[in-house]
Amino acid sequence: MPKVTIDGHTIEVAEGTTILNAARQIGGDLVPPAMCYYSKLDVSGGKCRTCLVEVTKGSEKDPRPMPKLVASCSTPVMDGMEVGNKSSAKVMDARKGVVEFLLINHPLDCPICDQAGECDLQNLSYEHGASGSRYEEDKRTFEKIDIGPNIQLHMTRCILCYRCVNTVDQITDSRVHGVLNRGDHSEIGTYIHNSIENDFSGNVIDVCPVGALTDKTFRFKSRVWFLNPMNAHCKCDKCSGEAVVWMFGDEIYRVTGRKDQYGEVKDFICNTCRFDSKDLAKWTIEGPRHIERGSIIGQGHYELKPEDNIKEIG
Amino acid sequence: MGRKILLEKINVENIHTYDVYRKEGGYEAVEKALKKMTPDEVVEEVKKSGLRGRGGAGFPAGMKWSFIAKPEGVPRYLLCNADESEPGTFKDRYLMEKNPHLLIEGMILSSYALGCNTSYIYIRGEFMWILRILEKAIAEAYTNGWLGKNIKGSGYNLDLYVTPGAGAYICGEETALIESLEGKRGNPRMKPPFPAIKGLWQCPSVVNNVETLASVVSIVNNGGDEYAKIGIGRSTGTKLISACGNISKPGVYEIELGLSVEEFLYSDEYCGGIKDGKRLKACVPGGSSVPILPHYLVTKTSAGEQRLMSYESLADGGFATGSMLGSGGFIVFDEDQCIVRNTWNFTRFYHHESCGQCSPCREGTGWMEKVLHRIENGHGHKHDIDLLWDVQRKIEGNTICPLGDAAAWPVAAAIRHFREEFEWHINEPVKCLEKNYGLVKEPVLAI
Repeated sequence: MPKVTIDGHTIEVAEGTTILNAARQIGGDLVPPAMCYYSKLDVSGGKCRTCLVEVTKGSEKDPRPMPKLVASCSTPVMDGMEVGNKSSAKVMDARKGVVEFLLINHPLDCPICDQAGECDLQNLSYEHGASGSRYEEDKRTFEKIDIGPNIQLHMTRCILCYRCVNTVDQITDSRVHGVLNRGDHSEIGTYIHNSIENDFSGNVIDVCPVGALTDKTFRFKSRVWFLNPMNAHCKCDKCSGEAVVWMFGDEIYRVTGRKDQYGEVKDFICNTCRFDSKDLAKWTIEGPRHIERGSIIGQGHYELKPEDNIKEIG
Repeated sequence: MGRKILLEKINVENIHTYDVYRKEGGYEAVEKALKKMTPDEVVEEVKKSGLRGRGGAGFPAGMKWSFIAKPEGVPRYLLCNADESEPGTFKDRYLMEKNPHLLIEGMILSSYALGCNTSYIYIRGEFMWILRILEKAIAEAYTNGWLGKNIKGSGYNLDLYVTPGAGAYICGEETALIESLEGKRGNPRMKPPFPAIKGLWQCPSVVNNVETLASVVSIVNNGGDEYAKIGIGRSTGTKLISACGNISKPGVYEIELGLSVEEFLYSDEYCGGIKDGKRLKACVPGGSSVPILPHYLVTKTSAGEQRLMSYESLADGGFATGSMLGSGGFIVFDEDQCIVRNTWNFTRFYHHESCGQCSPCREGTGWMEKVLHRIENGHGHKHDIDLLWDVQRKIEGNTICPLGDAAAWPVAAAIRHFREEFEWHINEPVKCLEKNYGLVKEPVLAI
């Protein structure tokens, strides 16, 4: 089994593991950010370039460093490889550049964006971005498009990570959702304005790292940080039925998949669970979902289970 | 008079027809290879010849061929890259248009050497009339038994197809070409795996330029050693150069590698000097993606040696004072040309042609284009030059395919050598719209 050292931490991983996944096995803040890679998809990654790392030593056999920064999500580790992520000034500089590139055509309309608070791009630019922009020109804009009755696509916010394209490729047999045009005119689309006829099409909302694909049953209903995410399950013959219901009081505002710390869902859930099961009686609530301490969603969110014995004061 | 290999018969009347081509000694190399040589011997000859890829990168062709994986029961493919769309490069179309059988013969030889039974010519969609010429030539080759089953009784089968692209420069990148050939969107793939391991339909494939494949004919006919005698050092053989810009005689020329740039630029046999007796301002020696050279670095290297048309000499001095041979698109600028405008024009091309897959290239090319457009039209700010430099630096090397590098290098070189012209554009926003800057001064080295 190959041994790899990332930012000074050594770990032994299975043959064929990518640098990013090796870093995730170590954990902590040496994990490169990933905007397009999604481990639950068969094909993804390599496109956003935020996970670039520097390979200072190729392997035990061939210790030469790699000439360019490599995408850690798609470069397999070799035995004896040494990788610099946070410790490499070159990587930090390139990543800052990538974040700047991603933001020049992003509208930065976070105050009116449903994704705000759980947006990968927000987190990324908070960590690696600059405080101001050097881009003076007009940003590209698009009209909003409905993909079916429940999903809205707002291309202006899209960072073209191809995650939704890969998701739809995976769940459908034909090519129904893809990229039109090229360069910075590229546009995600179901040619032309079609809906995606599939029970799992709602998952494109969960995989979207930004607010380009949003749930029309939830749009503008509430900010995510006013809601309480609860682990819940229901009996469903299409999917596992394991989801997170976002509640305000006794009302379910929206249903999503269970996302881990890297924003990846555990299981894809079906459209019935996601869009049509807003009735609390359908769900069995397991308890509050764990939210990272630094996250804004954690405000007003108490991770206490009913069985926790709360002593009443006074 | 330099030796001609590829363009030797180009002026023979009706050379594009099979009968004339055959009468002029065509398909003799195929006869020789199929009867007297094993596939490995052909590869060996190409290795001996030192032939380097003529598409731009200059990777040794024989070595590329030897990398191809040969698993049992899996077909292999030879793909000819005829998606020639680099601004300033127009050599392949000339060759295919005038002498299509030379390419077909080269492809038969190369396919035989690699053990491919199906080969494709991926041609740029805009070259529709050349596609028809090639298809006609292929049909002639089929009827005369040079393609198809059991070629000339040797037991070797080969099918050759021509497929047009849909008008994308990016499909000249080998993995994007493969994607496009498979019927998908022409986005470059992540490497590794390289095409030699997993290419077309996940089978081992080799992608070669038109000129490279056409050169194989002469290598098989006369031997690799004979070919290696032409040229200089590791730059062997002849190269097609498409010369354009402000020169007296633009056109496609075949040169022996190692010819001096001065002779190529000023002799009547080739470019014939700068048009209308003007002075040379700059030169892009290898197609729009290679760094531009200012007049004082075109004919001489920074060390004062004569610059030659070869892979090594043009790259002498690295990117600081050198450039690249690239695909051989020799673009010459006279003193009345504006470098800012030209850089903007090149960047506009890359902006238009970026596939939009990875963020630095997708966003960066558009950004650079807008900034350059601003400077060119007299709306630039003083910090724009540093901004441009920073943007190109962050694109270069951080993208999936070399298009990002190709977009960054011309901007970097223009700023490196012509910074004062950029500054003049910014400081004189009115004047820059009326007249051009003229020649830049040669920097005086502090001793």
